[in-house]
Amino acid sequence: MSERLTRFFASHSRLILAGATIGVLAPLLQKAGNPPNMGVCVACFERDIAGALGLHRASVVQYIRPEIIGFVLGALIAALAFREFKTRTGSAPIVRFVLGAFAMIGALAFLGCPWRALLRLAGGDLNGILGLAGLAVGVAIGVQFLKSGYNLGRSHKTYPAVGWIMPIIMIGLLLLRIFRPQFSEGGPIFFSESGPGSFHAPLWISLGAGLLIGFLAQRTRFCTMGSIRDVILMGDTHLVSGVGALVAVAFVTNLLLGQVSFGFFGQPMAHSSHLWNLLGMALAGLAFTLAGGCPGRQLFLSGEGDGDAGIFVLGMIVGAGFAHNFALAGKPDNVADAVVGGISIAGMVAVILGLVVCLVIGFSMRRAYHARSEKTGGVI
Amino acid sequence: MTNTVDARGLSCPQPVILTRRAIQTAEFPIEVLVETVTSRENVRRAAEKAGCRVEIEAMGDEFKLIISR
Repeated sequence: MSERLTRFFASHSRLILAGATIGVLAPLLQKAGNPPNMGVCVACFERDIAGALGLHRASVVQYIRPEIIGFVLGALIAALAFREFKTRTGSAPIVRFVLGAFAMIGALAFLGCPWRALLRLAGGDLNGILGLAGLAVGVAIGVQFLKSGYNLGRSHKTYPAVGWIMPIIMIGLLLLRIFRPQFSEGGPIFFSESGPGSFHAPLWISLGAGLLIGFLAQRTRFCTMGSIRDVILMGDTHLVSGVGALVAVAFVTNLLLGQVSFGFFGQPMAHSSHLWNLLGMALAGLAFTLAGGCPGRQLFLSGEGDGDAGIFVLGMIVGAGFAHNFALAGKPDNVADAVVGGISIAGMVAVILGLVVCLVIGFSMRRAYHARSEKTGGVI
Repeated sequence: MTNTVDARGLSCPQPVILTRRAIQTAEFPIEVLVETVTSRENVRRAAEKAGCRVEIEAMGDEFKLIISR
């Protein structure tokens, strides 16, 4: 039964259903209180969590987002129910941490993860095109490394308790969200009183949506980066069908809810500095490809026992701290003064540095694994 | 004679890349060892797309895929 269900969910139509579900839920979460064109955004929401914990002090982006908690716990529930919870770790964790940090710096230069790039486009924000183009460029570069033998080595099975660390961290975050303890005078936990961090759907709606998305995404292996990678690498449209469904359904849902406004300039929580939208997401796309999954997928993997994916997530959260403490993140367009936003000089340096670091990782971490012949005992 | 691709512990998409390379260069049958259901399904799909037949054997909590023409 479990086996049949596994095939059922892994089929094309299930991916379309998962993408369509996210495409409906994200605009509805926006309607329920989440920020505009940000019904769901893994990078932004992890950035908000970093802020709530005081890892950065940008007062407008601080909140413990229950969606992120739901993603991990939903994936955990699915993995346990279908006996796919397998603890594993040890595939170059520190490299994954660094990739996570730079992926976040790149994503925040654009102001969103691949999910938000899709949702921004579905809300009429045409800067999403630059973001997705950048993502494709980054993934295409990553694919060249994959083709030439890049990989971070094998992970290894380990103690079951290791796989529970990320879910338990998420339960801890949920408790902090519910009780919001004050750890010192003027200290965390911080929740924004204005700005995007102050926009949020009610706790249980956010958590419920996150759990549902986490469950479906674990079953279908939904991955935005993987969808582009598989098309470039082998012409496989399996994953991209889910992504297409997400955009189409989110666009229709946004139309029905009156949440569509076409244009480049002055879009909500977005800037129209085209070059840095493109380069920021190119950095993120390259880092995701080198790490084997988009930020959503890394969360889902961390819920099914993948300790290395958990390290990537923690790298992203720390990267968000750097992005805001060092003023590297994008600044939205200023509509009142008609000034195009973008990123600071430091932000530009960070994006370039991130690209260089990713290229060094791609060039320096190549190891050939071959099929082994029983006849000769050697590699083929 | 069997050729074996040990893709256990390798993250996505390495198992698929190694399998595709083996299908292009090695003699059949090819055995592919993986440890997650995700890798199992990805390898199965890639092999079937390449026109191969795939048999799957569970080995404890790991899987062996036997790929043949």
